[in-house]
Amino acid sequence: MDGMKGEVIKVSGPLVVAKGLTGARMYEMVRVGELGLFGEIIEIKRDEYSIQTYEETEGLGPGQPVVRTGEPLSVELGPGLIRSIYDGIQRPLDVLARDFGEYIVRGTQRPALDRSKIWDFVPVARTGDTVKGGDILGTVQESALVSHKIMVPPGRMGTVGRIGPVSGNVDTEVAVIEGPGGPFGVTMIQRWPVRDPRPAKRKIAPTQTMTTGQRIIDMFFPIVKGGTACVPGPFGSGKTVVQHQLAKWADAQIVVYVGCGERGNEMTDVLMEFPHLKDPATGEPLMERTVLIANTSNMPVAAREASVFTGISIAEYFRDMGYSVALMADSTSRWAEAMREISGRLEEMPGEEGYPAYLGSRIAGFYERAGAVICIGSDDRHGAVSIIGAVSPPGGDLSEPVVQTTLRVVKVYWGLDDKLAFARHFPAINWLASYSLYQEIVDSDADDTVDKMWSVNRRRAMTILQKEAELDELVRLVGIDALSLEDRLLMQAARMIREDFLHQNAFDDRDTYTSPGKQFMLLNLILRYYDEIRTGLADGATLDALLKLNVLDEITRAKLIPEDDLERFRSIESDIVNSIRALVW
Amino acid sequence: MGNIIREYRTVKEISGPLMLVDDVEGVTYGELAEIKMEDGSIRRGRVLEVHGRKAMVQVFEGTRGLSPQDVRVKFLAKGMELGMSIDMLGRVFDGSGRPMDDGPAIIPEKYLNVNGNQINPYARDYPNEFIQTGISTIDLLNTLVRGQKLPLFSGSGLPHSRIAAQIARQATVLKTGEKFAVVFAAMGITFEEAEFFIADFRKTGAIERSVLFINLADDPPIERLTLPRMALTTAEFLAFEKDMHVLVILTDITNYCEALREISAARKEVPGRRGYPGYLYTDLSTIYERAGRIKGKNGSITQIPVLTMPEDDKTHPIPDLTGYITEGQIIILRPLHTQGIYPPVDVLPSLSRLKDKGIGVGKTREDHSDVMNQLYAAYAQGKNARELAVILGESALTEEDVLFVKFSDAFEDRFVRQGEYENRTIEESLRIGWELLGMLPPNLLKRVRDEFIERYYPKSS
Repeated sequence: MDGMKGEVIKVSGPLVVAKGLTGARMYEMVRVGELGLFGEIIEIKRDEYSIQTYEETEGLGPGQPVVRTGEPLSVELGPGLIRSIYDGIQRPLDVLARDFGEYIVRGTQRPALDRSKIWDFVPVARTGDTVKGGDILGTVQESALVSHKIMVPPGRMGTVGRIGPVSGNVDTEVAVIEGPGGPFGVTMIQRWPVRDPRPAKRKIAPTQTMTTGQRIIDMFFPIVKGGTACVPGPFGSGKTVVQHQLAKWADAQIVVYVGCGERGNEMTDVLMEFPHLKDPATGEPLMERTVLIANTSNMPVAAREASVFTGISIAEYFRDMGYSVALMADSTSRWAEAMREISGRLEEMPGEEGYPAYLGSRIAGFYERAGAVICIGSDDRHGAVSIIGAVSPPGGDLSEPVVQTTLRVVKVYWGLDDKLAFARHFPAINWLASYSLYQEIVDSDADDTVDKMWSVNRRRAMTILQKEAELDELVRLVGIDALSLEDRLLMQAARMIREDFLHQNAFDDRDTYTSPGKQFMLLNLILRYYDEIRTGLADGATLDALLKLNVLDEITRAKLIPEDDLERFRSIESDIVNSIRALVW
Repeated sequence: MGNIIREYRTVKEISGPLMLVDDVEGVTYGELAEIKMEDGSIRRGRVLEVHGRKAMVQVFEGTRGLSPQDVRVKFLAKGMELGMSIDMLGRVFDGSGRPMDDGPAIIPEKYLNVNGNQINPYARDYPNEFIQTGISTIDLLNTLVRGQKLPLFSGSGLPHSRIAAQIARQATVLKTGEKFAVVFAAMGITFEEAEFFIADFRKTGAIERSVLFINLADDPPIERLTLPRMALTTAEFLAFEKDMHVLVILTDITNYCEALREISAARKEVPGRRGYPGYLYTDLSTIYERAGRIKGKNGSITQIPVLTMPEDDKTHPIPDLTGYITEGQIIILRPLHTQGIYPPVDVLPSLSRLKDKGIGVGKTREDHSDVMNQLYAAYAQGKNARELAVILGESALTEEDVLFVKFSDAFEDRFVRQGEYENRTIEESLRIGWELLGMLPPNLLKRVRDEFIERYYPKSS
């Protein structure tokens, strides 16, 4: 007979070894000790089962019981996910705080989806419809922004028997389906093992731009819906602010934010700020589309290891409804370190810098769960998950294993630079080192939808910045006076691109979000100024006069022009032309 | 189980600070142990690992003089606890939590496990109340707020102790009538340093509202691992049960990390960078994350950890991992110190991540944020130009550059530099800031809004 109950034989930090669990599978969940701590089997050697426990193990010792649950680590998926805050194993932190106080009490559990909440199910399918996994049976209005699709669970099929409008909690049966193996009921809830990717009909190449409202990102290093990006940078370079900005302003329909081994106060910041921020597209609070996973640095490492899987499973579930989802993981380095810690306790042979040899394949496996897909179900709807992962390299050293293995799989690299951060140039994304492999997709999209000069301007601006870097070296050696007059003008233009376009203040409500249309106008304005001063120089204006025009102030402040007053760009443009004409005359 | 007192004479191995006890029963991970020697003296330890009938115990006071034949080990069926009382204020304790001044024993109101519990992130309240330290480079540029953890990154021979003491002495909030306390945790510092703090606290009367935990450089290193936890447990008691605003100064984190490495090496664990264990980040976070505020509670815990960077190297694992957990850092710079500038705060790489929520209208002043950004930008530009001048000579600088170089010199001399007992209000810091910005023409002040330039820019000079 299988052993449903065994006993602890060894405890070493978060690692517990138990015996007597014959029949248990890898990655099965168990409850450990008298307190019933949550754990997961991660190694089996004869009758010795190594368990990573998701909670602090103090007070645990040999002889205490270990009980199998028969199920791998799974998440509950259904209405109620939006606006929630979970720990790494999907315990609802708000409910735990309400029921158990301000500290996390070990062994406590509450259902991830609130059973006291009543949802109104509106059927879409009808009795007699033939349905299969992924087909939408009906909808539930989950929040102001999210219509939650109740789907046939993956792998099931049949003919809809009974279905109708119904109100109830997530456990309410909304339909009965006559399957090949007999009738089965469908509730508003699905369970899914987090380590398995949810199925899609097939992956497709991403084609749609994901605008973020961040000028350096949208213009120079864009990301697409279904794309992957990483943000490595030393501490203090603004990784978290970049992640928060994307969570706020990216035009995704759902945002899953995973705070993985980071600061507790940062999660509080999100919790306090998001309900007050309005989605630029709909005017509704951003919280109405957000799911938070918070496993802060002081919370147990094993749950930190699980948190990114919990997050991605929730993201995939919304993708399956046909939504575009953005997942932010801050920080994947802490996740990798959690793997390293557990691996060390298992006494596995270490790879580079003590990380387990499977680090690369785990990271790749995680990012591969992103992508644009045709969802399962009959209507061939499209959905997408984008992943934006922060990386925190020790000492800012980009040659370390987590950065390097991540760069092998992601398509966008926003390299943060502490030199820029020291100069308070934010976002501190280094424009010379970063790249986006989605550039062509976005260029052709923006040329059609924003302005046909988008990609031309972008290339010109980047060329100016690159030229500036070369000239800068020269200036360091021989001084600015050695430059030709044309080069002096270029240096001026480059400086303006940096200060008046790339620099963006996340904490200024006029500057924190810039629409693609305004981004274009702003860059265009600077380039226009550059063109005009070059003409002015050729026509005999002095360098000094050109570099000190009063209109420069207007250009500097142009980024603060409100989105509904973009006409002002035209008047600044004519001011530029006029003031230079005045010099030449 | 647990109620029987279990005593064993079955120590099989002693290695470094670790002891292996065999044939034990019912021992649990993290359990506290008492080690009785022949002469009746007692040391204490904690279970680091149990495997079947073997328990590995870490001995706090070290294993010197222990012999497997002599010692008896008693497991106490509880974790490491400390008795708590409001009477701890004004007292000095050693690394095991025993009073080391001449005062009476503490009569505990309750016992708390020193490892604490994790604050539920949902229950946290966001730190947004400005703390005035009286130091311009902190108040105006790297603002400290209640519930923040803001370390001092220093090096050997730099005046971090004096700065920490100055903060402890001067820190106030701009509200009145609140209870304030300091918990001071010294790990492996020298007698002289400890004496400096105690004397300073006595002199200014701060001792009355302080609790000191002291482990000196020649005290057992292993005690350094529990000392900050005892200090923070005390802080939590004062903050969340006695409604006090507690400032915790932890010095020196480098010594703490070295003690951790010692244990890790003794356990033959796979070392990470520079021999520190792979879990250093997690371990440090269990200290630093105990700062904060809790919704519905009046008190708060603000942490100022002090660490000396080996070779002033910010990429060393200790400052590096600290920087990833704490909410900013104040960097003490040797060249400024050599120039005789106190406090030698290196403004550019210093940072307070929580400043934006603690400043502005109703907290400090409306122009705070703009002035801060402008001072940074101008100082950065001035420093760059100064470097350029070193290579190319002054003549290579543009007029504008010359102006910024002058600005940055004055900035270091008048803004960064201040007296050890000079307690500047935020208004004074802002006034000096504007005086310095007055050296630059208004059109170069791109980070300041026009309305503030009109209101605060020095009118004539």
